[in-house]
Amino acid sequence: MTDSISQERCQPVVASTGLDEFCIAGHKFQSRLILGSGKYDSFEGMRESFEVAETQCVTIAVRRERLHDSSGRNILDFVDPKRFVLLPNTAGCYDAETAVRCAKMGREILRGLENPGADWVKLEVLGDSRSLLPDPIELLKATETLVKQGFQVLCYSSDDPIVARRLKDAGATSVMPAGSPIGSGLGIINRNSLQIILEDLKHGDPQYPVIIDAGVGTASDVAVAMELGFDAVLLNTAVARAKDPIRMAEAMKYGVRAGRLAYQSGRIPMSRYASASSPEVGVISKRNP
Amino acid sequence: MIEVTINGKKQACEEGLTIVKLLDSLGMTSRAIAVEINQQIQPRDTHCLVEVNDGDILEIVTLVGGG
Repeated sequence: MTDSISQERCQPVVASTGLDEFCIAGHKFQSRLILGSGKYDSFEGMRESFEVAETQCVTIAVRRERLHDSSGRNILDFVDPKRFVLLPNTAGCYDAETAVRCAKMGREILRGLENPGADWVKLEVLGDSRSLLPDPIELLKATETLVKQGFQVLCYSSDDPIVARRLKDAGATSVMPAGSPIGSGLGIINRNSLQIILEDLKHGDPQYPVIIDAGVGTASDVAVAMELGFDAVLLNTAVARAKDPIRMAEAMKYGVRAGRLAYQSGRIPMSRYASASSPEVGVISKRNP
Repeated sequence: MIEVTINGKKQACEEGLTIVKLLDSLGMTSRAIAVEINQQIQPRDTHCLVEVNDGDILEIVTLVGGG
């Protein structure tokens, strides 16, 4: 680790004033953990995970109606639209046009439910089904179109700083770079690019929400993301597919809090060599070279 | 009778049905539904006015778990 990197990682102290809220499109959140609702073994387990995690925002997907799940139930029976901000995604869309249609469908459904997330969309425009990484060109096109149509666009992005900047310039409400590919559990694999994104998007605009979306595997990954200065973490698989999703949801809650507090505290710089914690004067032994 | 495509499947249905009546006939009465006809979203408050025409392609969607 070089000195220049260690200086960069030494974050400025952020004044802690009362509630540590963050804001998306004028909506304040006390919880910095956004959870996805996919891949759970049961709706009951999902609901309990959301309770334990104390999340206030939940992502959902738009799919062709088959009326109900196999047991005749709908997800909305388990996620109260009056309690949670529902953030509809455009998962599974591979071009701007389809993603825009999908976003409009999500908005139409949520308007009927009087949910604050009605005009919000977690915009995913994917490049291929193996990596599930975004197609930046189509993503930018879709962002421009949806912003013009009054959407609050939260963009699932790659960790490319220039793409992130272009998305913000196009009017994205939040840019949400992937820590690593969706569902991979690889955690935060490109800290340097993510730090560049944070510095760039928050330059002169410190309240601009930048959220890590995807890739985290466990609580320490979430803590790392928050220590870097992200406003929140959005995750799904790491909780839903854990052996004990409810306990992992709790771990993620603490991971977010630990990382956030550490970020606000201003960590020490890294150094290649030791720095003694005990006084170096008055030692009774002869000093070893 | 007319023929429409609903969620990728061709189906026969009565002529002159509004979206509301079509949804009723399909047993889709949930409020958590959006309808698109020929790639144009159909706002909920128009569902009792807009009629389905021969050859229309409909997408009827709802919310499911997702990340």
